[in-house]
Amino acid sequence: MSTQTSTKPLGRDDLARLVARDIAPGSFVNLGIGQPTLVSNYLTEEQNITLHTENGMLGMGPEAKGEEIDGDLINAGKIPVTELPGASYFHHADSFAIMRGGHLDICVLGAFQVSATGDLANWHTGAPDAIPAVGGAMDLATGAKDVFVMMTLLTRDGVSKLVDTCSYPLTGVGCVTRVYTDKAVFLIAPDGVSVRETFGCTFEELQELVPVPLKAAGAVVGL
Amino acid sequence: MLKFIDTVGEAVAGIKDGSTVMIGGFGNAGQPFELIDALLDSGATDLTVVNNNAGQGDQGLALLIKEGRVRKMICSFPRQSDSWHFDAKYKAGEIELELVPQGNLAERIRAAGAGIGGFFTPTGYGTMLAEGKHTRLLDGKWQVFETPIHADVALIKALKADGKGNLVYRKTARNFGPIMAAAAKHTIVQVSEIVPTGALDPENVVTPGIYVNSIVKVA
Repeated sequence: MSTQTSTKPLGRDDLARLVARDIAPGSFVNLGIGQPTLVSNYLTEEQNITLHTENGMLGMGPEAKGEEIDGDLINAGKIPVTELPGASYFHHADSFAIMRGGHLDICVLGAFQVSATGDLANWHTGAPDAIPAVGGAMDLATGAKDVFVMMTLLTRDGVSKLVDTCSYPLTGVGCVTRVYTDKAVFLIAPDGVSVRETFGCTFEELQELVPVPLKAAGAVVGL
Repeated sequence: MLKFIDTVGEAVAGIKDGSTVMIGGFGNAGQPFELIDALLDSGATDLTVVNNNAGQGDQGLALLIKEGRVRKMICSFPRQSDSWHFDAKYKAGEIELELVPQGNLAERIRAAGAGIGGFFTPTGYGTMLAEGKHTRLLDGKWQVFETPIHADVALIKALKADGKGNLVYRKTARNFGPIMAAAAKHTIVQVSEIVPTGALDPENVVTPGIYVNSIVKVA
């Protein structure tokens, strides 16, 4: 298929580079804890991206090192960070109004599962002995104009995390618009899931792995 | 009536058993450790505590939980790599947990301070955290009815206060301070510095002194 753009599956850093490249210049972006944080390593100055952190800051800079470390300046993962020129601070209700109010262009999140209709499960395994902790996951999933997910396509047991219906407890309903995985980039729209590109597999091989009907981007089902 | 108090012990002396106490801070940033330690020393118990987390390591809120003073936590993210005291109490069934999405937590606190009786928000719709809650389709989005969180007392940390109780904060340590100050009946603030009235630029005041009851300087 013409959707194959790489002969190998993408590593975490390659995937982060791809997400970074897809973020439109001038965007306001929130990068979730974990793998999505890697995206910041590949944003360029020319892109002029402003990073939001939900504990109350726009204009977040890179992780603080050595003498830069300041306990009053941390990100949502509680990691010391730096501030860039033009940064601003605000309280928590304002910070989440920025999300809920639809002012953020993109948030990038990790996931346990994403459904064919864009439902997201990323906060709780549902195990009876697990202590639930949600943080800002539901607010992020609901508020941003676009929600990008970064994840491996398969679990360690080889099961697709792109599913017909999520079996894990939901974080948000119909919120995910794009899924970046090591094997393909999926676009989720009201008319179904299409594949923008594949990495190290053909479209047909990908369809074998995923229990959701896929369309090649710009093509019709079955091609 | 605004009071400037000499010690953290005197500042928290009026907190009664069974109170709902908001504690500022996100992680350790903005957490009023000295006021929490004083609350621990005061012996007040059967508390409902509102905080983003449920204590880290062996300090602050974590110790209050360890000592069994907290009956209920209202928070968004209790489980962390070093939340062992909360984890133990929760698994033993010795602490109640009301888990709230972080933005709903913030807005419910804000609503209390602003006199709002409740609000509809899309956050959490269709999830287990909205189970049993009233929902409506508004502006084309399903939304969940959330109610305000009021408190008897707020313990917060700011950088500076002036003689009128106006506050400024420092960087991301601001977090819940301004909204908790407004939501509680009695707000106790620990500051690094008390400056003369007039020394803060009114354009830069973040929390107006009307929300503040007690100020204690902590070195």
